Amino acid sequence: MDEIRLIDVRKSILSDNENQAGLVRQRLHSRHLFMLNVMASPGAGKTSLIIQTIRRLRGRLRMAVIEGDIESTVDSEKIQAEGVPAVQIRTAGACHLDAPMVMAALDALDLEELDLIFIENIGNLICPAEFDLGSNLQVMILSVPEGDDKILKYPLMFSICDVLVINKIDCLDGSDFNLELLRRRAGELNPGIQIFELSCKSGIGINAWSTWLEKKVATNSN
Amino acid sequence: MHELAVTKSILKLALDTAAQNNGNEIISIHLAIGEMRNLEQEWIQRYFDYISKGTKAEDAVIKVRKIPVVFLCKDCGRQFTANLKEDRKILCSHCGSFEYDLVTGRELIVEQLEVR
Repeated sequence: MDEIRLIDVRKSILSDNENQAGLVRQRLHSRHLFMLNVMASPGAGKTSLIIQTIRRLRGRLRMAVIEGDIESTVDSEKIQAEGVPAVQIRTAGACHLDAPMVMAALDALDLEELDLIFIENIGNLICPAEFDLGSNLQVMILSVPEGDDKILKYPLMFSICDVLVINKIDCLDGSDFNLELLRRRAGELNPGIQIFELSCKSGIGINAWSTWLEKKVATNSN
Repeated sequence: MHELAVTKSILKLALDTAAQNNGNEIISIHLAIGEMRNLEQEWIQRYFDYISKGTKAEDAVIKVRKIPVVFLCKDCGRQFTANLKEDRKILCSHCGSFEYDLVTGRELIVEQLEVR
């Protein structure tokens, strides 16, 4: 019988994904490309935010979308209807995208012809927070009907994102959503977080967000 | 479901490490997981038992060392812990400051492997 041995490993469990995310980042950097990872619950407004942003920045930036979806292609059809290239990743049941999937999706895009890529992650506030995709900016959307307590239930997501978009701000009337409480809590958990309040439906706040994003993209390409 | 993707990565890392070290059988896998990760030992073990069948890691025991959420206060320089799911306010327990950085709580590490 062989002797029992203890091996020191001390490696990140997700090191394969993290290495691949680093390669994605290098690939984007060498072409001055900016990539956004958009994460949220189902129905919070990921597709709507991407479409509204595309409409504001059309003609100013060359854009494409990587669409993650468990089974359907409805979202990528909506994006293509906007006249923007879309690559669909069907995860066949997996609840998040990972860096190797994004690397493969980049192969399907003409990167020389682009400035900005949106990734629409799978609708879920847990797993997407675990997997770095190599993006320049992590954006999470919380919509008013979901409630201000989501930050207590999913702290990791709120702590890893650079931007928090509070969508469906037009639904605040008559709701008990406490915007101040959420803002304070988000700032406590993630001091550098940038917060935008907007409504993809009424259009309020979309300009402020799009202008900010455009500046970010410009800074990146300098 | 949430634990499955992470469990697959644990299995791969364990099998690769055992192969590099000429281990024939993996007895236990020691993990360090931050409290901020919504990962439960019981579920990792259940998924692990399922996906490790027929491998060198079949029957391996998953042991999790939970790492608390710890902040470092920028004002007084001391550390404090917080329960993110229950505390309504996160502030330095020594001086009451809201200026701090996260020190631990997001770990996701394979620390050690017991093989034979």
